[in-house]
Formats: sequence, C-alpha cells, structure tokens
Amino acid sequence: MATTLDKVDVVTVGVGWTGGIIAAECAKEGLKVVGLERGRERSTGDYSIIHDEYRYAIRYELMQDLSRETVTFRNNRQQRALPMRQMGSFLLGEGLGGSGTHWNGQNWRFLPYDFQIKTMTEEKYGNNKLSADYTIQDWGITYDELEPYFTRFEKTAGISGEDTNPFWGQRSEDYPTPPMKKTPILQKFETASTNLGLSPFMMPSANLSEAYENPDGARINACQYCGFCERFGCEYGAKSSPEVTVVPTALDTGNYEIKFNANVVEILKEGDKVTGVRYVDTVTFEEFIQPAEVVVLTSYMMNNAKLLMVSEIGEQYDPETGRGTLGKNYAYQILPSASGFFDEQMNVFMGAGALGMTVDDFNGDNFDHSDLDFIHGASLSITQTGQRPILHNPIPPDTPSWGADFKKASIHNYTRSLNIGGQGASMPYKENYMSLDGTYKDIYGVPLLQLTYNFTDQDKALHAYLTERAGEIMQEMGAKTVVGGNPISDYDIVPYQTTHNTGGTMMGSSREDSVVNNYLQHWDAENLFVVGAGNFPHNGGYNPTGTVGALAYRCAEGIIRYSRDGGSLV
Amino acid sequence: MAKKEKNFSRRDFLKTSGIATGALIGGGLIGGLIGSNAGGNGTGTTTAPPAATDGERGETGGVLGLQFFKNDAEFQILAQATERIFPEDDLGPGAIGLNVPYFIDRQLAGAYGENSKEYMQPPFYEGESTQGYQSRLRRNEMFRQGLQLMQSEAQSRFNANFVDLEGAQMDEILTAFQEDEIEMKGVSSLFFFRLLRQATLEGAYADPIYNGNANMEGWKMKGFPGHQAAYINQIESEEFQEIEPHSLGM
Repeated sequence: MATTLDKVDVVTVGVGWTGGIIAAECAKEGLKVVGLERGRERSTGDYSIIHDEYRYAIRYELMQDLSRETVTFRNNRQQRALPMRQMGSFLLGEGLGGSGTHWNGQNWRFLPYDFQIKTMTEEKYGNNKLSADYTIQDWGITYDELEPYFTRFEKTAGISGEDTNPFWGQRSEDYPTPPMKKTPILQKFETASTNLGLSPFMMPSANLSEAYENPDGARINACQYCGFCERFGCEYGAKSSPEVTVVPTALDTGNYEIKFNANVVEILKEGDKVTGVRYVDTVTFEEFIQPAEVVVLTSYMMNNAKLLMVSEIGEQYDPETGRGTLGKNYAYQILPSASGFFDEQMNVFMGAGALGMTVDDFNGDNFDHSDLDFIHGASLSITQTGQRPILHNPIPPDTPSWGADFKKASIHNYTRSLNIGGQGASMPYKENYMSLDGTYKDIYGVPLLQLTYNFTDQDKALHAYLTERAGEIMQEMGAKTVVGGNPISDYDIVPYQTTHNTGGTMMGSSREDSVVNNYLQHWDAENLFVVGAGNFPHNGGYNPTGTVGALAYRCAEGIIRYSRDGGSLV
Repeated sequence: MAKKEKNFSRRDFLKTSGIATGALIGGGLIGGLIGSNAGGNGTGTTTAPPAATDGERGETGGVLGLQFFKNDAEFQILAQATERIFPEDDLGPGAIGLNVPYFIDRQLAGAYGENSKEYMQPPFYEGESTQGYQSRLRRNEMFRQGLQLMQSEAQSRFNANFVDLEGAQMDEILTAFQEDEIEMKGVSSLFFFRLLRQATLEGAYADPIYNGNANMEGWKMKGFPGHQAAYINQIESEEFQEIEPHSLGM
C-alpha cells in the first residue's frame, strides 16, 4: 500500500539539467517543487579523487546500475530483443546531475536547418531526396523562436566560445566567457582546415575559460585542463553541471526539495489530466504517491518514454501501420572519424572535455547535397579531452591487438596520434523505434524499454562521405599515416559509441505527428510535460545538451504560464 | 625499489638461475614457478609473478595474496597468459612485472568478477553478436573455465602444462581462443579472450591503488602522468612534457 504525500505544485522525475532548470525557474516564481531522483546526492566534494580512469571510465562508477534496470535491444523486428546486460554503446547516468555531471561539456545550438529540416530539404531538393521510410519532420519551432532560450541556457552555464562560425544561426549575444586555450594540437587542426578553405572555430565549452558568476548568482570556476571530464565529475566545479548551477539556485529559494533514492514507476492519470506519480524508495522498496498539479518527466530520454508507455499515456508507435507517435523516431548519432599517426610526441594526456576546434562546412545543409545520396552531415572536430592509458591504445593498421608488437606500437603511438571526430546527424527511419519489452523486467517489476534500431543507407552514406572529409584534414595536418574510421554496417550495442540517443517523445506542431507541443506539454494531458533529447524528431550534427537546455527553459516558461492560466499552451 | 629491480631484473635472474627457486630481491619475492616449471623447456617463460605467500610485502607496499584463485597452478596460467598479451621488453616490465595477475585476481573476487552491476535476469538466449554479452556466467566463472581450457589445450596440443610451453606455443593457444576455435560452455572463447586482453590492459594501466601498474611502471612506459592536479600552465607548450607520475594513493 503506497503512502500518499502532500500535494505539490510541480514534481520532476529526475534531477539533471532538465529537472534542475525546471526546478530553478518554477521555484523562483514561487511554485513548490519536488524533484524525485532515483540516485544519490553528490556534489563537487565527491569528486576529489576523481582522476581514476579504472573506477570511473572503465567500471562506470557514475552510471546506472544495470542489475536494477536496463533496456533490451534488437537490430530489427525479426530478431528477439535481448537485454543490454552490460553497458556499452551508450552510458546511462544516475544520481544528482544525471548525465550533466559526466558530460564533456561540448555545448551546441542545433542549426536553423535542423528545426525545419523537412521543409528546407524539400524546398531545395524536392520531395524525394529521401524515401518516405525516413520519417523526418519539422520540429514545430524555429531556431529564431528558440534563440532566446539558447541564450538563457548558455548564460546559466557560462559557456566559453567565439562567434566566428559562419554556418550557425544568428546569436543575439556573444558567449558569456571567452574561448578556451588554443593549444598546439588545436592549432594544427586550425592551420590545416584553413589551408583547405574551411572555417575552423573554437568549440563552445562548458569547461569554463575563466571563473564566472551566472545570472542566478551561481559560481562556476575556471577549468584547470586536468584531462578528466567525460565519465567524471569536476573536482574544481569548473565544468558547468546541474549540481553547481541550477540545483543550488532552486534550493536557495526555499521552494524546492529533492528526494533521493526515489525511483518513479508510474505516472498517475485521471481523465485528461495527470495527478502525480508513484515511486519506490530504492533502499526500502516502500511505495509512495507524490501528488502534483504538474508532472514533468526530466529523466533520460529512454526512461521518459518508458514511463509514458507503462502509464499508457499517448499512443504507442507501430512500424507496421505507421500509427502512433510514442517511441517513434528514435535516432542516434553517426560518428565518422579519421586517425592520424605522427612522428612527434604531443601532450595528449592534458585537456578538457570540450577543448576543441570544429569546422561546420560539412554539417547540416551547409554544403550542396544535390549529387549526394544523403542529407545533413556532421560537425568535424579535433578535441583534446585528455587521453588516458587504459582506453587509448592507438595502433596503425595491421598491428596485432596483443603481444610484443602491440605493446610497442600502442605505447609509441599513445602520444603520437590524433583523431578528428564527427558528430553526425541521424535521420529517423520507420523501423527504428522504442517500445515496451514483453519478457524482461526491472527489479521493481516494470517491463524494460525495448530498442529496435539499425543503421540505414542514409547513415552509411553520411558516414563514408564525412570520414573522407575528416581524413583530408588529418592528411593536411601532416600525419604520416591517416586511417579513416571503418564503414558502418549493423549497429552493435557492444562498443562505446555515444550517449546521444534521441527521439521517442517528439515535439511538433500537431498531436498527429508528435507527443508534445512546442512547450513540451503532452497533447493528451495538459499538466504533463516531457523534456529532453527525446523531444528531437531527428538528431543533428552536434552534441545534444545545448539544445536540450534551451528546450528546458522554454518548457519552464510554459509550466509557469500553465500554472497561472491552465489549458493548452498552443 | 624500482631502481633495484632494474639493476637486477627478474628476467636476468631467471635466465641465470634456470629455475626460479624463490628469492627475495629488492623487497619483492620472486618465485611461484617452483615445480611446475622445473624440467620444462620454458624459454618463452621468462618471468613469474611474485608468489602469494604469507605476509611478504608486495612491490606497491601492499601485501600480495590471492583472493579469488584457490590454487597457484591456475593463477600461474593466468600470469603467463597475461604476460604473452603484454610482455616484458626493452621498454619495461610486462604483465607479471606490473602485478597484473594480482590485479585480475582481486577484480575477479569483487564486483567485476561477480557481475554486480550487470543485468543477470533470465531468460538467457545466445543472441546476435550485436546484442552483446548474453551469458548466464559471471566473469569470474568465465576466467576459471577459460584458464582450465588453456591448460587442457596445452595438454592435448603439446602434451605439456600451459606454463611450461614455449612462448609461441602459448600464443598459438591464445590465438585459438581469439579466433573463437575453442569450445567454451556458456560463452564464446572470443568473448573470453577479449575479457582477458582488456583486463590485462586495465591491470597494466589502472592506478596502482588497484595493485596493478606496479611502481607506476605502466604509466612511465606510456608517458602518462597519472593523477595531476592541473595542466593549465603546461598545455600551451609546444614541447612534449615529461612529468613524473602520481598515484591517487601515494
């Protein structure tokens, strides 16, 4: 028998960037907010012995405990879906700050093209550039409409950057802090890409170039370039993350409370409204009901979709009929790359998660696709994130993967190799989607989320083209050997690729083609909001967090308005 | 301690003595091949891990002993297999010299070996390779089975103990695992081989607080400085920076 708690104005499921932003904005307006976080509390003080590759990067200390919950996966509907028994392709976070704690801090705004991808592609290339099996659609919002919210998030996070990229959308303001240090490794990329007629610029970074106080009064310190960002928390409080920004801002209002070890298992719905959520205390397994005027799903995109599915809110997507929107347009990220082997030793172990330079010449529709068999593209970057010795064993082709030759080659090339990597766009496809698994359950007895996903012809073509472009830059950088990333075939959940999963709870302009409107308000329950990269109808050519942050600020504005006026926000 | 090691390496010791009889050198006990290697023609077997005997001080200052393996013979197979994967050479120590076998033993006894953070609920099906690990076996069970199979392969192929084989013979067996030619129960030999290879690299390069990477020799070979507070004053340098490594524990 569940214990029913006192009703609050807003409850968020999960406390990372999106839950923190919603909490801070709503609590500042006087709304009483409760954040339910299934993981533990943590803060900068917990990261003082973080420089431990084995514990954090290999054994995934900050990540989800899969013994409790995972997802199932298959490449296509003909396969039997099986559980992801150990972490691989993507790393699900857990605990206060969520993925916002262990991200690298590469902070982007999706391109204007992304938000109107269907319209703009058809205008330029006609209606048949991609087959109808690729379910691209406009987002129901334009870049210009979202611009103020991008600015809000960047000011909150203090993003370091320079507005010199000729290809991205117009900015109303410059970056809050100047770009990071342009190291010799980055200069190699800058010179080479300039020689090739491209337009390199410093990657926008949430590892701050200087100490910064954000508009809420939260303080973020200056990055020390220690080389431990991705999969780690920052011991300096110099990587912008929820626990050093929006969470303390929300707590300072006195209107916010976080309940830890609180794993939400159901959204409660009566008629056309939700009434709260049911959660399990992960320590005692006691059940609670948290009633709320507004429920906001702010966990990882997979869990957001799963909660809607188990609570039977919205219509599950069916690839057979094309009906339904929940779980539709699951997309990932395509990762073209080129490695280069050099004679000279370089300081590859120094770095920061978003220390990098990028070219956008082959991203979005910044180049002509008339003679190409794909749309969109990738940002191509060199990043100096801090190479660590267990995971980084670069060897030239034809070197054995173990034994004497391996040892020599991997040690020699550890400090003599660089990589140019692309964040490639991922177009939705009718057979790539999320649903509930019929066999496997989590330890709370709730079905696991099932992922049906494979790479498409569009993905393979994009990957091949961008890998060639990356190789050209690496060649110009003076590498004596350049090795392009292997062509992609079937998606494999084993090797780590990226934690940029998107879709499943799409935003859009009508209930027929989306799960939420452009305030991220659910079409079927006006007091339910769903926030995250799940809102993306496709994935763009950048890391997603900057766009997720902007959407969260837009959503917070919607919730505040809804709390005052009620009704549909569109 | 590291310096003494270099003056009188284990390899030199074993080469000159022919048989490891157990001797205290620079504070570390050398031995462990007693019996099993005597009489073998193990020229490929040039080093042996410090033996797990009571109370001797290990090279990282901790006490070395076995937490998972129950007998030394099995542990020695692990030691020799990891040494083939990451051998001693002119750059520096191999897996044995870095205490990788002890690192793996301890990991197998804990959360890693017990699959504490993995989803282990039935039903189990083989699945496609793209679906990853689908075994009902825990990692430490895979290791025990894999090491036993290395021994039985050595017997059937060469009529000898694994640890007595020439290096090239050990490599032949390891390659058979890597090429998925060995029949294992509940797991493919390729999966086990990848696990063994990865665990070897982890033991070579993890912070010495985990009892591998002895004396930070793994880091020193690679030029990785371990735990450093900041590189803000060096990162703009054009020159490669050689920095004395630091462990979190020292």
